[in-house]
Amino acid sequence: MALLELKNVTKYYNQTIPALEDVSFSVDEGEFVSIIGPSGAGKSTLLRCINRMVEASSGEISVDGVISSSLTKKKLRALRTKIGMIFQHYNLVDRLTVIENVLHGRLGYKSTLAGILGRYSQEEKNQAFQIIKILGLEEQVYKRCDQLSGGQKQRVGIARALIQNPKIILCDEPIASLDPNAAKLIMDHLRNISTEMGITVIVNLHQVEIALKYSDRIIGVNKGKVVFDGLPCDLTAAQIQAIYGSESEDVSFDLGERHAG
Amino acid sequence: MRDDIFTKRRNDNLRFFLVLIILTVGSIIITNYDVIKGFSSIAKALIWGGSNFYPDVKSLRILPEILPKLQETILMSIAATTVASVFALFLSLAGSKTTRLNRIFSIISRGIASLFRNIPLVAWAMVLMLAFSQSPLTGYLALFFASLGFLTRAFMETIDEVGNNSIEALQATGANYFHIIFQAVLPASMPQMISWLLFMIETNIRDATLVGVLTGTGIGFSFDLYYKRFDYHAASLVVVFIVITVIFIEFVSNNIRRVIL
Ligand SMILES: Nc1ncnc2c1ncn2[C@@H]1O[C@H](COP(=O)(O)OP(=O)(O)OP(=O)(O)O)[C@@H](O)[C@H]1O
Ligand SMILES: [Mg+2]
Repeated sequence: MALLELKNVTKYYNQTIPALEDVSFSVDEGEFVSIIGPSGAGKSTLLRCINRMVEASSGEISVDGVISSSLTKKKLRALRTKIGMIFQHYNLVDRLTVIENVLHGRLGYKSTLAGILGRYSQEEKNQAFQIIKILGLEEQVYKRCDQLSGGQKQRVGIARALIQNPKIILCDEPIASLDPNAAKLIMDHLRNISTEMGITVIVNLHQVEIALKYSDRIIGVNKGKVVFDGLPCDLTAAQIQAIYGSESEDVSFDLGERHAG
Repeated sequence: MRDDIFTKRRNDNLRFFLVLIILTVGSIIITNYDVIKGFSSIAKALIWGGSNFYPDVKSLRILPEILPKLQETILMSIAATTVASVFALFLSLAGSKTTRLNRIFSIISRGIASLFRNIPLVAWAMVLMLAFSQSPLTGYLALFFASLGFLTRAFMETIDEVGNNSIEALQATGANYFHIIFQAVLPASMPQMISWLLFMIETNIRDATLVGVLTGTGIGFSFDLYYKRFDYHAASLVVVFIVITVIFIEFVSNNIRRVIL
């Protein structure tokens, strides 16, 4: 069975135009999926419906066999621990240190009191240090996050997601605020997370060439509808045209390099 | 088009100054305020002050009387402010758009904040005097209510400034409301809140003097007493002590600010 399954998901923010319309697809364990589409297509909305940061208006979403729409608050928290999330603006608590921000990823597992007091077990701390090391941040462990570069902040964001022991990581434009070198490092880490840890990674991107290079699969969204769903090697220039519509002249892409799968 | 904007801006400025001049001249005429006499009497006041209103050696005899009063005033201001800040914290969490639990509480707490803030301290003192007559409690409560209004507003803006980003990230990890408050909102806004608290203590020590004149307590009462006995040297010594205290408190709180911000 698929790890993530969306069936006829529709989202209206207001009564007139749907931000998402009848979206259906499913994603397997360990898959690396990129969602591409023009600005306002509904990519962020789609991602946020998966962990119910945005409530879908209709349709059904199941994660790891659990249908998310009917969950109680407590069960929703439990579901969210299985879904990490990474943001364009990192969304860290800047005044806290790297290790504190990373350990925030454990809050979903905690009782109210333990979470308020920030009490983490030795095991959790060890795991945090291990993840920080994998991401190459060991020298920054006790630095405050407002002293980090963008690329370092995003790695803290990845660490916070990883320590959740998630099955899926959702990434909303994770490299949109980064320079090309930092962007490559982040994308390489995300690719490793999917290949080596078997965690499903879903990434919103606005660079087609990066989506082609890293993804197992690409989903193209336009005006709230899925207009392409397939392998990077099947994405033709005409389909990119369809995804980006009239804006496609502005989108630079180079169909040379693709992920081998 | 561009010229139009500049012309419009210039005309707007002209109109603004015209209105300002009309208001100024209008109010001077209506209140029969004699500008020349107003300024020349400043000089007269200075001359009178220089020849009468200064502490002399003899006035030092009142030190044992005023020092306990000064202490009472300082402690009362600090107590009123810190207690108000605890209540203000709850009200601001309930009122801020990012942390509110629901709209009704938010509206209520915003309402309390703006009502309390817009009643002048002196009005609080007068009203409370009807209930508690001239007592330290009256002064304490007057400072408390006025601080509560101001601090709630200041804290609310501080929380709003922290923004939604880290809150969203923690929500996505499965953290609950209290986790988010204690692990993201408070760490991010605490330094600014403490800064506001210190500012309020400074202000309240100044204002406590005025309230003391009305309620017959603290250092303000001492000042009133000596002044009405025409003991200007003693009264001026009281003023000197108030000024020194306020400067000292400001110095201390600036240093605290430097460390925490
Ligand atoms: N909170 C909201 N309230 C109302 N409308 C919204 C809200 N969030 C998004 N929308 C609308 O829904 C549509 C899809 O927005 P969404 O943010 O999902 O697009 P996106 O593909 O992520 O765009 P971008 O690439 O610019 O981030 C847009 O038309 C947007 O205006
Ligand atoms: Mg978006």
